[in-house]
Amino acid sequence: MDLVDRLLDGDRRALARAITLTENEDPLAGDLAAAVFPHTGRARTLGVTGPPGVGKSTVVDGLVHLERATGRRVGVVAVDPTSPFSGGAILGDRIRMRRGASDPGVFIRSLATRGHLGGLSWHTGSVVRLLDAAGFDTILIETVGAGQAEVEIMRYAVTTIVILVPGLGDEVQAIKAGILEIADILVVNKADREGADGLVRELEATLELGAGSAASWKPPVLKTVATADRGLDAVLAAAHDHYLYLESSGSLQARLERELNAEVRGLVRDLAGRAALDWARSAGAWDSALSEVLARRTDPRSAAAGLVTRFLGRVQRKSRP
Amino acid sequence: MSHAKVRVLVAKPGLDSHDRGAKVVARAYRDAGLEVVYTGLHQTPEEIAEAAVQEDVDVAALSILSGAHLTLVPEVVNRLRAKGADDVLILVGGIIPDEDVPALKEAGAAGVFGPGANLDEIVEFTLANLRRRGA
Ligand SMILES: Nc1nc2c(ncn2[C@@H]2O[C@H](COP(=O)(O)OP(=O)(O)OP(=O)(O)O)[C@@H](O)[C@H]2O)c(=O)[nH]1
Ligand SMILES: [Mg+2]
Repeated sequence: MDLVDRLLDGDRRALARAITLTENEDPLAGDLAAAVFPHTGRARTLGVTGPPGVGKSTVVDGLVHLERATGRRVGVVAVDPTSPFSGGAILGDRIRMRRGASDPGVFIRSLATRGHLGGLSWHTGSVVRLLDAAGFDTILIETVGAGQAEVEIMRYAVTTIVILVPGLGDEVQAIKAGILEIADILVVNKADREGADGLVRELEATLELGAGSAASWKPPVLKTVATADRGLDAVLAAAHDHYLYLESSGSLQARLERELNAEVRGLVRDLAGRAALDWARSAGAWDSALSEVLARRTDPRSAAAGLVTRFLGRVQRKSRP
Repeated sequence: MSHAKVRVLVAKPGLDSHDRGAKVVARAYRDAGLEVVYTGLHQTPEEIAEAAVQEDVDVAALSILSGAHLTLVPEVVNRLRAKGADDVLILVGGIIPDEDVPALKEAGAAGVFGPGANLDEIVEFTLANLRRRGA
């Protein structure tokens, strides 16, 4: 596919179009994902999450700037919510990401959730792989602003940065919502405001309570003023330490295997289910099974099990010589 | 199965500091089911063209109140062309005197909307003039 060659070659328009095809679930998207997969697995991924307006995009902009200073190429995936009423969206994260805006070593893509819950788009993982294949060394993923733990970010980001700010009164909320548990690094942004030190102490005390064994990673709590680029170098250094920790403890490899294992398992379920449904519909078995359920003569689970058994029997007969 | 969505970049090139109009248009597009990338104030033509490429938008809607439309619009168009993104539909809105409209259209703007334009009209025009885009 010409598009794939161009993407691997670093053509930005090809990359952008590939992301669109993926997001739109275009018929070409499957082949595209297959073609780029051998070229993925190199990039380092960083997730940035936290309540609305805490400064996620401003922090991302600062981190992009610092990474660029070391010569690394940076991709950004920034997710904002789709309106449940119109299906449209306003994607505004780029407003705060100005410094990378015309840097050829930076590629920023805004995605709408399109109905996906959990602060990300349906296709976050696939889009990250496209950026990875296109040669970006670091990929930053900004979730939708949400007060609760967006655990899904942990699937796509090796290191998850959770941002909070003083004065929102959200520390208790955050703790209750489990947001601290997903953090590899905690950032108290807007530290130019009153209450930052208090929030840092409170978060450290809470983390102390939940601390694991002496050998495990202890999330640092770092103060930043993202609008003044203060403290972001320490955030990046902590992300680097976290990566080295995962690598040296073997968790990085274990995590990768776990994720790919889960992905293949999920797809087997998906594809097997789809094949069974396609057969049931075309063989007319679907309508008769469903009418039995509607008449309450068969329960839904038994009806489904019956369809699957018949489908498997057909597959077995077909595979015999 | 394909779920294509129309994507629009709403951008403010140049130096003026009022983005109320741009935000109102962005909301109208959202309410019509479009995905709007909003990039904020004071964008250079290069930043706008680069954002249009990265975001793979179908439409770039430029809001210009500064009076510099006759230089800014051709610059944005040229930058887009240089990046091979000449399939993006260009719309211009803002304080545009009637006598400048032909020059803007000549430069590549498909539609020009003055202060009196109503939102439905802008959205309708946008949807009616989308270009079919290949891979
Ligand atoms: N005082 C102060 N303001 C900040 C700081 N960092 C960000 N801001 C401001 O906070 C506002 C929100 O910043 P964003 O970066 O857009 O926040 P966000 O978390 O990405 O917002 P959403 O994506 O909408 O959830 C902006 O007005 C920023 O300028 C900071 O360290 N101190
Ligand atoms: Mg943001």
